Amino acid sequence: MAETSPQDLKTTPLYQRHLDASGRMVPFGGYSLPVQYPSGIMTEHKWTREHAGLFDVSHMGPSFLELTNPSGDAEADHAAISAIIEPLICGDIAGLKPGQIRYTLLLNNTGGAIDDLMVARSRTAGTLYIVVNAGTKDGDFARIEAAAGDRARLIRADGDNALLALQGPEAVVVMTTIAPGAEDLGFMQYAVFDFAGQQITVARSGYTGEDGFEILVPNVIASQFWDALLADERVKPIGLGARDSLRLEAGLPLYGHDLDESVSPIEAGLGFAVSKRRREAADFPGAARILQEVVEHAARVRVGLIVDGAPAREGAEILDASGTSIGVVTSGGFAPSLGKAIALGFVPPAHAEVGSQLQVSVRGRPQPAEVVPTPFVPHRYFRKPKAS
Amino acid sequence: MTTKFTPDHEYIRVEGSTGIVGITPYAQEALGDIVFVELPAIGKVLKKGEEAAVVESVKAASEIYAPVSGTVTEVNEELTGNPGLINADPEATGWIYKIAIADAGEIDGLLDSDAYAELTL
Repeated sequence: MAETSPQDLKTTPLYQRHLDASGRMVPFGGYSLPVQYPSGIMTEHKWTREHAGLFDVSHMGPSFLELTNPSGDAEADHAAISAIIEPLICGDIAGLKPGQIRYTLLLNNTGGAIDDLMVARSRTAGTLYIVVNAGTKDGDFARIEAAAGDRARLIRADGDNALLALQGPEAVVVMTTIAPGAEDLGFMQYAVFDFAGQQITVARSGYTGEDGFEILVPNVIASQFWDALLADERVKPIGLGARDSLRLEAGLPLYGHDLDESVSPIEAGLGFAVSKRRREAADFPGAARILQEVVEHAARVRVGLIVDGAPAREGAEILDASGTSIGVVTSGGFAPSLGKAIALGFVPPAHAEVGSQLQVSVRGRPQPAEVVPTPFVPHRYFRKPKAS
Repeated sequence: MTTKFTPDHEYIRVEGSTGIVGITPYAQEALGDIVFVELPAIGKVLKKGEEAAVVESVKAASEIYAPVSGTVTEVNEELTGNPGLINADPEATGWIYKIAIADAGEIDGLLDSDAYAELTL
């Protein structure tokens, strides 16, 4: 149970704030980050579902991809920057409106996921705001830079900025006190605001299933911004432990666990991330496999399970009713909102129907598990009514 | 009555030839919110150091090892419905199982409270 902080771990601009709040620091994605604060994962999880939780996610990979020679014509420049990133991913970036964010996947040539990421169209012509996962960021950035050549430059924002997430039903009222106008953003839209004389990038997005924001904040004001949010009694700092249990309840896949280079978007239940225009053009990496899986069904699909008994963790075998191994749990644990063990895993389509009675093997003993719809806890994203 | 400890953070409270086994306040604190306890079967014969139970927090499963050899005589069924008793009161209502001690000599090899306190400083 030793808690070491090896010197080769990176720290975020909020490291001292975590120590001051008695955060239990653990190595995570090469950074020293709090897995929990003294109130514990269960309390932190429930606080986020009921109020607003503040997370330090500065280990992730925010960046900007900018055209080297923009023409000044907003539409032409957006088309040009989209043409650089689209060959790597399955999302329709050309079709984004200014300030709109899209969840998409970086794919290898066999349609496996190299990463899942957010790509947004800036309100500045010819610029994309891109956020990738911590564990894959160096490789992702190298891949994007190679594709860009001298047409665009990738500006990493992960060293000079903190990335925070404010999540929960009260996030919007809190955010509005700090960045008036943030309440006008719909889910998956972002805008730039001023705070303490600096620009902060506020995206209405997150990975907890709740309404909320992800905010890119320059290092010089990161602590001040953190303190400003926490001055509101509706906000508490939340560690990575609750971040994981929240995203699991939200049924969202986690790269390196539910997604890897062998898993296609269709297998992962992320068919929505393969945009219609891209399907029709079949112009993304691994299109042959992915489009075939759409028609003929994948060999395996991701399902949600409610597990009776001990939590089934990553790596636990999934068995059919007669005890034959049919798949594996890729994320699993205890759902604080439900008071039950839940899991995500992959099984053949024949066993993937909601209501299928399966089993999971925990410490060598089979336990009942039922296929249920995901998300396990309903999403509460803020969607603006469509303008007529 | 005496209480002894293992370096793995189990305690055993010895009452005659019976030991009451649980995890220490330090261990429950380190594990965080406990959400599930897998109890041993009554009658199970355990060797010292063998896995006796499993305590699961939101994040992870932790094995609880037998501090001494013996036979499980009773388990704390309350933990099935209320595993959080281990967090709330690890040394009393949060006990895990009772064991009929096979070899009293094994008790002497465990840590006393001072030695355990030193370990968790």
